[in-house]
Order: sequence, then C-alpha cells, then structure tokens
Amino acid sequence: MLNFKRVTLFCGHYGSGKTNVAVNYAMRMKEAGADVRIADMDIVNPYFRTKDSEEELREKGIELISPRFANSNVDLPALPQELYGVFQVKSKYAVLDIGGDDRGAYALGRFSGMILEENDYDCFFVANFFRPLTREAKEAYEVMKEIETAGRVPFTGIVNNSNLGELTTPEDVCGTFKKADELAEISGLPVVMTTVMQSIANAFDGENVMPITLQKKYY
Amino acid sequence: MSEKVLMKGNEAIAEAAIRAGCRHYFGYPITPQTELAAYMAKRMPKIGGTFLQAESEIAAINMVYGVSAAGKRVMTSSSSPGVSLKQEGISYIAGADLPALIVNVQRGGPGLGGIQPSQSDYFQATKGGGHGDYHLIVLTPASVQEMADLTGLAFELADKYRMPAMLLADGTMGQMMEPVELPETEPEFIDKPWALTGTDMKREHNIVNSLYLVPEQLEKTNFERYERYKLVEENETRYESFMTEDADVCVVAFGIAARVSKNAVVEARKQGIKAGLIRPITVWPFPKKAIAEAAKTSKAFVSVELSMGQMIEDIKLASDCSRPVYLCNRVGGMIPSPEEVLESIKKAAGGNE
Repeated sequence: MLNFKRVTLFCGHYGSGKTNVAVNYAMRMKEAGADVRIADMDIVNPYFRTKDSEEELREKGIELISPRFANSNVDLPALPQELYGVFQVKSKYAVLDIGGDDRGAYALGRFSGMILEENDYDCFFVANFFRPLTREAKEAYEVMKEIETAGRVPFTGIVNNSNLGELTTPEDVCGTFKKADELAEISGLPVVMTTVMQSIANAFDGENVMPITLQKKYY
Repeated sequence: MSEKVLMKGNEAIAEAAIRAGCRHYFGYPITPQTELAAYMAKRMPKIGGTFLQAESEIAAINMVYGVSAAGKRVMTSSSSPGVSLKQEGISYIAGADLPALIVNVQRGGPGLGGIQPSQSDYFQATKGGGHGDYHLIVLTPASVQEMADLTGLAFELADKYRMPAMLLADGTMGQMMEPVELPETEPEFIDKPWALTGTDMKREHNIVNSLYLVPEQLEKTNFERYERYKLVEENETRYESFMTEDADVCVVAFGIAARVSKNAVVEARKQGIKAGLIRPITVWPFPKKAIAEAAKTSKAFVSVELSMGQMIEDIKLASDCSRPVYLCNRVGGMIPSPEEVLESIKKAAGGNE
C-alpha cells in the first residue's frame, strides 16, 4: 500500500465513501513522508464534502483544493483553477476525490489526457456492497464501466469500503469479502485494500485493512 | 423486514415509495432533493413505472393531480422554492379530495435562499400554503429509517382520508446516510370507488373537480371535509416523548432539530437539569394534547427550529400560553449545535430571558 503513485484517484458509486477514504489515504501518505495535497473534484454532491475535513487536513499540513463554493449556499458546480497545478506541478503527490457515479466522473474526463500522459497514477474504485444499487459484484461492475467511460481513466484497483455507517460490525465487512473478490475477478483488477472504521480495525489483524476515521457530525 | 442497506434519506424515500406501490413519479430537479428524482429515473423504467421530469414544478404537480384522479398512488418531490411553485396544484388536489404524496426536502429561504438545510416551510406546510381552507397530513422524519417508514405511512393515510400528505424533511435528512431496513411486505391498496377509471357503461360516471357553482354546495363540502380533518386529528397525531415524565423544561423539536435536541437533553440531565423532549412526527395534526399535558408539569418550553420561529406559535396555542416558550433557532442553512440548545434549556430552567 505504501507504493504511492504521483496521483491517486478515488472514484465510485454515489455514497460509496470516496471522500472519507480519500481524506484518510492522504493523511496516511503524509504520515509516510509524502508531500501530498488533496483535491475535491466533486461537482455533484451538495453536502458532506472534503471541505468538512478542512481543519484536520490543515493541522496535518495537507493542502486542500476545493471548489470555491463548496459547503456554501451557492449551487455552482465549477472546478477551482488551482486544480491545474495538481497535474502540472509533478513534484507533489496528489489525492483526488472524484464525484459519484458517471455524472461525477465527467469532471475527471477534462484531465484524463494529462493523467494518462504522465502515467504515474492509481485510479481506485471505491465499493460499498451495502449500497442499494451496488449490492452485487455485477452491479458494481456496471457502475465501474460507466465511470470509466465518463472519466476516461482506466481503473487500476478496487477499495472495498463496504459499511453501514457507524453501526458497521466486523461481521458485516467480512460478509462482503466474497463480493469484492468476485468484482476483482470480473474486472481483472486487484482488491488493493479494505477500509474499516478505526473502532473495529482490531478485528482484522494481519489482513490488508486500512483503518479510517469518519468525518464528524453532531446529530 | 429485509437486510440492512446504507442509503441517503432521499433514496430511502424513493425506494420506500416504490415498495408502497407508487408507480408514478413526476418531478423537477432541485438541490438538496435531486437524488430522489435520480433514483426514480433509474428504477421506474425497470419496474414498469413512470418517471417523468416535467417542464416545471407546476406541470409536475398537475400531473400528480391527474394520476391521482385515476386512482393510482402518485408522488412528486422538490425543495422549498419548488414546493412554493406547486401550491396552486396542491390546493386543487385538496379541493378535489384526492390523495397524493408531496415531499419537501427543505432548504434555506425566502426566495432562492440557499441549498443548505432549513425548516422554514413549517407555516407553508401546516397552515395551508395554497389558497382556501384545507390541510395536508404533514409527517416529519428524523432519521433515514423514518424517511422510509413515513413514506409508506403517508401513502396509506392519504388514501384513507382522501387528502394529500406531505413529507416535510430538510436538506440534512435528505443527504445524510444511515442504515435502513426496507419493508418486504406487499403494499395494501384500498378501493377507490370515486376514481376515474372508465364506467364500462356499468355505472354512473365519476367527477373529480374542485369547482362548485352553488355556494351552498361548496360550503357543505368544506364542512364535510373538516369533519374528516377532525378524524385525522383524533386518530393520526404522532409524536415521540423522551424523558418528559418529570421534565421541568420541555424541548419541542422535529426532524434534524430533534436529533440535536435529544443530545442536548441528555447533556442537561447529566448536569442535573430535568429536561425532556417532545418530538412531533406529525406537525399537522400537531400533538396538541401532548403539549397541553406537558404544560401541566413543565415550567417552560423550548422550541428548537431551523426557522425564525414558526412551530413556536403552535406550542403557545397548544399550551394556552400557560408557560413561557423560548426559541432556540438557527437559519439560513445553519443547524443549532447541542451546546446552543443546552444554553437555551438552562435559560428556560432559570426562568430568565
């Protein structure tokens, strides 16, 4: 997992947990010594965004690039100009949080040429098999193909982020291993890691699991 | 019940509506409820239903009027500015005694306002909204599970009492994700002998209409309709009581405000203040009896709202102004924090403004 590529992209079905995974992944990279920044490329989702983690990211010294109107009252799906720097300045690592489904991935298509030309990237498909429209590997694969068509960046791996929010048990996660393997088989891509909440990570000793902390809420 | 899935509130409404036998959805996209329409767009064609993105909110509500007249379960959804546009149609549906489900995932107002959560359409939902004397059954979910459960209930009640029902949610409830168990049971439909289904030359034709040429007839219809509303008030008022038995301070809040308030009540109890919470699940009919009952033992009420203070009027009416009612509110897309609610509880407990 520590073989970071220069650019790491997180795509997936709407609500699969891309933002939480991307924020945690960037923090892990930083801890491993990488000069990393994170870019919010979500132009679909109005609430619960990378920007919610702004403070934690700043504390850890991770630069956040997010749309100017993120978390504001303006519904203006525009990408920030600073985003170009992510692809042009190659001395810095970057984690990109892409919007959900094919609709969200269209924003990525704009940069696919640069990403493919540099050819130092990972593009991970974030899967949550507890989401109603991706309960099965086959359905997840359909979404995967739609995203690839829209974003024009081929996937390189799968992140199994199957969860039921804060109520997830280790058994819930284990129950999805088979589906993740199935998706790996259909797509021909490896499951690079399983992400689980910090509080239940102990149950997965020795497995390829990345513990993650969730964005805070008070209701 | 089925296995748990992780859903956004908006998606939970959509799936629950489908499971309640709704096969006709008419809408127009607006943040923060768009996922509901998007979900319907994906699912309806696969199950032989109708998803139609109308040319406007006004068109959508009138399509709802038409399908409801034909006796089918039907719904529309929008967010505050869009729901304002629908008001004429809602009044017609109420005036024609038709069932329908209208979902309002509220955002900040007035005007175009903003896309962040709000509860400032309370007056519009509970006091009319459109013209004329009428009511909607207004349900206020406070979890993604309730978004699903109350959707099914809304269809049932609407059919039973022949009146439109509204799910009054807010942006946070629509956007947040929680595990949900969806009903696996087949929906129950009741006979609708009034529906426009074709006479087959075997019966008198039915008329669905809200125009009455004779004033005496219109008056009679309105009186009869209000007899039905009385039944709804008697039988369908719903609320949750939390630690109210011995409460000195009674917090009243619904939806997202109730979730925050519950945390504040627990904290107040830890600090030795006897606080409790009444959470209306229907805001029309409003839980008047529960409030009147609480007024007998509590010293004060705190109305927690994402508005400039709208439900507070119903609390004052229901308690006959026998106790002071404090307002704890944030607006414009902001949500009160548990600390802010706790501060209001302390003020109410101390008895000073």
